[in-house]
Amino acid sequence: MFDKLGMYLQFPFVRYALIVGVLIAICSSLLGVTLVLKRFSFIGDGLSHVAFGAMAIAAVLNLTNEMLLVLPITVISAVLLLRTGQNARIKSDAAIAMISVGALAFGYLIMNLFSTSSNLSGDVCSTLFGSTSILTLNQKEVWLCVGLSIAVVVIFILFYNKIFAVTFDENFSKATGTNANGYNLLIAIIIAVIIVLAMNLVGSLLISALVIFPALSAMRLFRNFKSVTICSAVLSVICAFSGIIISILAGTPVGSTIVAVDVIAFAVCYVAGIISGGVRK
Amino acid sequence: MALLTIQNLSLGYDSRAIVKNLNFSVNTGDYLCIVGENGSGKTTHMKTLLHLQEPVSGQILIGDGLKKNEIGYLPQQTIVQKDFPASVREIVLSGCQGRCGLRPFYSKEEKHLAEENMERMGIKELRNRCYRELSGGQQQRVLLARALCATRKVLLLDEPVSGLDPKVTAEMYALINDLNHEGITVIMISHDIAAAVRYASHILHIGNAVFYGTRNEYLESDAGKFFLMQQKGGEA
Repeated sequence: MFDKLGMYLQFPFVRYALIVGVLIAICSSLLGVTLVLKRFSFIGDGLSHVAFGAMAIAAVLNLTNEMLLVLPITVISAVLLLRTGQNARIKSDAAIAMISVGALAFGYLIMNLFSTSSNLSGDVCSTLFGSTSILTLNQKEVWLCVGLSIAVVVIFILFYNKIFAVTFDENFSKATGTNANGYNLLIAIIIAVIIVLAMNLVGSLLISALVIFPALSAMRLFRNFKSVTICSAVLSVICAFSGIIISILAGTPVGSTIVAVDVIAFAVCYVAGIISGGVRK
Repeated sequence: MALLTIQNLSLGYDSRAIVKNLNFSVNTGDYLCIVGENGSGKTTHMKTLLHLQEPVSGQILIGDGLKKNEIGYLPQQTIVQKDFPASVREIVLSGCQGRCGLRPFYSKEEKHLAEENMERMGIKELRNRCYRELSGGQQQRVLLARALCATRKVLLLDEPVSGLDPKVTAEMYALINDLNHEGITVIMISHDIAAAVRYASHILHIGNAVFYGTRNEYLESDAGKFFLMQQKGGEA
């Protein structure tokens, strides 16, 4: 088995996939905790569908660099979604569902009407489930991903205390002179960037899993914000890394294998949480 | 000039006013209690004072050089907080956020301040406990400690004793009273009219009849007499 793994690791595209996979896992899990606690678990799903729609447009327009169109559209949607959430909380889930389904439908429609490739269902499938794109990354894309990931991690560390304050109690932060709206905007932009990045890895359908599973697993085990955040990042990296290795060895699709590992990790954490909670009581 | 001057203020949601034409002012060192029936707009009033929502009409003038990051606020608990994985220390420390500005991390003084306020609220031994596992009274103390970290001049409290038992309620009132004697201006929403007339220096009654005045004036007024009688009747 290790021989086989060693052989695969000699291919640059396998190494790229591992690097990008681990980086995206860190980024998505960092903000996952905030999103889950803010009751925005589904925003990953909604935004990834928006990104899918934007990608369809980019494909039809024959843009050489899809990112130029996909990133701004996703960022704008993220800002709009998080904004509706503040004014009327009941509406936020409906807004996410609406944008998510709408963008998905329009994306598929556009791809169907103006398709330039002969293998349409294959294209759609790989955009949604990311079946092969992570294995076709080139060096430039890897560097882009490295750069953006470092930016996300640095921003998260610098604004960690502010993100905590705004997540725990937005009104208190606003009332006592913290620019809560500004930080919400920042969170929205970071999320959009992460989602566009993660589309390469697991495809748009499975991004939610990457965002929420590590956070939920960590919340079973730990009881303060810092530990939960660190634990979810570590868990996410372990799951992504082992998911990619398993998928290479077993020949399974990368995205769904990673999510499967995440689900198993959640189950383990859930049981562990019950056991340790039982002991403590 | 007064700390807060409210002029012709009408407040409500979506430009529909619940309370109309409020006029009063709060001076440094006052202890103002806002009383009134459920749904009369007490919390809306407080949120408007904090600029969390826009007034329908009228003005709130801020005097004495009061800055936003000198205000402490004890809100009602939100659903999000009920299962939030955060330690007591993390939450109390987050009260210092307003002092930080753009600085990313807390300074030594701010950490010290958080410790001091935890000590004052008697929750120091809970500092590493998870917030959601605490009792209602303990949670309320944590949020009050956080508000104390934020305040330098004014403390706004939205029903600080709701859901607390009589003993803890009395302790809470004593704490707030001490803070007021130390020179912090207190604005508090309360259901508990008996405590309001016992501790407050001024009372604002909103509802069908609007009244603003000192405690003694309130006890003499029609609104006050009626409300006090009602509450006594309700409790008997």
